[in-house]
Amino acid sequence: MTEPLLRAAGLTKRYGQVHALQGADFSANPGEVVALIGDNGAGKSTLVKVLCGAIQPDGGQISLDGQVVHFANPFEAQRHGIETVYQDLSLAPDLDAAANLHLGREVFRGGVLRPFHVLDRAAMRSSARSAFAELGVDLQDIDVPVASLSGGQRQSVAVARAVAYASKVIFMDEPTAALGVVQRGRVLDTIRRVRDRGVSVVLISHNMPEVLAVSDRVEVLRLGRRVARYVTAQTSVEELVGAMTGALAGEAAA
Amino acid sequence: MTSTKTAPVDGPATQEPTGTPLARRLLAANSAWTFAILVALVAFFAIASPPGTFLSQYNITQIATNAAIYLVLGVGMTYVIITGGIDLSNGSVLILSGVLAAEFMVHNGGYKAGWSVILVGIVISVVTGTAWGSIQGVLVAKAKVPPFIVTLGGLGAALGLAQIITTGNDVAGGAPNTLVETLGLGELFGTVPWLVVLAVAVTVAFGLVLAQTRFGRYTYAVGSNAEAVRRSGIRVDRHLVKVYALAGLMAGIAGVMSLAFFHTTTIAGHSYDNLNVITAVVMGGTSLFGGRGTVVGTVIGVFIPAVLNSGLVILGVQTYWQSVAVGAVLIAAVYVDQIRRRSRERG
Repeated sequence: MTEPLLRAAGLTKRYGQVHALQGADFSANPGEVVALIGDNGAGKSTLVKVLCGAIQPDGGQISLDGQVVHFANPFEAQRHGIETVYQDLSLAPDLDAAANLHLGREVFRGGVLRPFHVLDRAAMRSSARSAFAELGVDLQDIDVPVASLSGGQRQSVAVARAVAYASKVIFMDEPTAALGVVQRGRVLDTIRRVRDRGVSVVLISHNMPEVLAVSDRVEVLRLGRRVARYVTAQTSVEELVGAMTGALAGEAAA
Repeated sequence: MTSTKTAPVDGPATQEPTGTPLARRLLAANSAWTFAILVALVAFFAIASPPGTFLSQYNITQIATNAAIYLVLGVGMTYVIITGGIDLSNGSVLILSGVLAAEFMVHNGGYKAGWSVILVGIVISVVTGTAWGSIQGVLVAKAKVPPFIVTLGGLGAALGLAQIITTGNDVAGGAPNTLVETLGLGELFGTVPWLVVLAVAVTVAFGLVLAQTRFGRYTYAVGSNAEAVRRSGIRVDRHLVKVYALAGLMAGIAGVMSLAFFHTTTIAGHSYDNLNVITAVVMGGTSLFGGRGTVVGTVIGVFIPAVLNSGLVILGVQTYWQSVAVGAVLIAAVYVDQIRRRSRERG
């Protein structure tokens, strides 16, 4: 097996008396969708926060492309090509899709206007159009505030925003939790397209049928440790639930 | 790319409204109907007043001059409200800035002071306003004290300091004749008052900054979802400090304008500037909940009371009706904003 793109080994994190991570391992390969599952309190959110730089682990090691890395904050992770799509939609609802896509990475007009940071709207709009087209995101009107888009469209904009800057790994925390059936299908399509570009997608989800539908591999966390790994094509909902709840013990090879 | 063309309609948002993007945008703008009200008012007074009164050059100049100080304050307030904040202190900061400038000028020549003294006075006023605004911005952004409280405290403190410095009396001789005769009463090409020229320049410049630059974009974004902005790697706290500093800068500029126009410091004359300016900004379609608003809207909002006042005087109606009408338009403007938000924010 080749070296994983992102690998974590023996991560620990304590909050007072609570041991959120107790030597957790994790790995993600390029161009795959890894589902990270586990019961409430298994440490999924903590693990993701550590991996994307939002919190610092007490112990353990993270390596990216075989190099040991330390992320002091999310921006360092972003500089390494790691982006996160948050559950609660990190978009500014009053701005349009192109503005949201470029938030914090605006494109400016050149020439004498350059020192004033005058926005180049046309350039941002056209790069947004091509970013959405590439992901198959269907937005008829990219000039309206994202608040007036449907939930699925908004989530797609959030995903597109992460994809536009993630060259290596994207974490998605329950990206379809608030969506209807059709919209959910669209976001899953988008996830597959992202994977096909060679980016590693880490999907955190409670929805087992969704996990089976979209992921290539599954890693199971329980009580702050990785307890099982499966190749999605060779597993079942029963097996996953068994591993999550501890009914099946031992780390299966994958 | 197979699903894009035949994709089913996803929600009401995908029902395309008709019309060109520009026309749609104008109709969607909160300020569209307040602009209609302003046009209707101008048309009404133009017809109802005796010929050659309301639309005379003299009267238009008067309206613009009366609106000039509020316009400058309104530009700063527009930024603050778009971030989801509020600034109650602008009238007091205007007074404090003007008082400090006047104190300097009265001790350096008084009425007879020349341009070099006046320029220092202007710098004092502008720096005072900006510094005061920055302090308020730090308290809002770093200390996380609600803007309402910070600027309410600032309202009292700035006025109190101005009164301590002057022992409560306006600074006699604080406005040099040269300043009064130029910025205060002078006119560009003998027609457009310098006060109006300055107000227009400030409004256009910061209107463009808001609409066209990264600074403006961040202002909207912070008011729309500060957490998202933070996650994008933007320093929200730093931006908020700059926005409150800008509001202070505007109060400092307005302090000079007020000094030049009224010949003195008018310590007792700005108690309601904050509420009048907030009214104008909100009537102009800027949302008190942040994220939305324009300087153009604020211009409309400033001119509605100014036009009403002038028109009612000419018609010989009690001008107190102006307050009644403005109050009604204000409440209607916020009601419309609420409805828009509710209809827009669906799952």
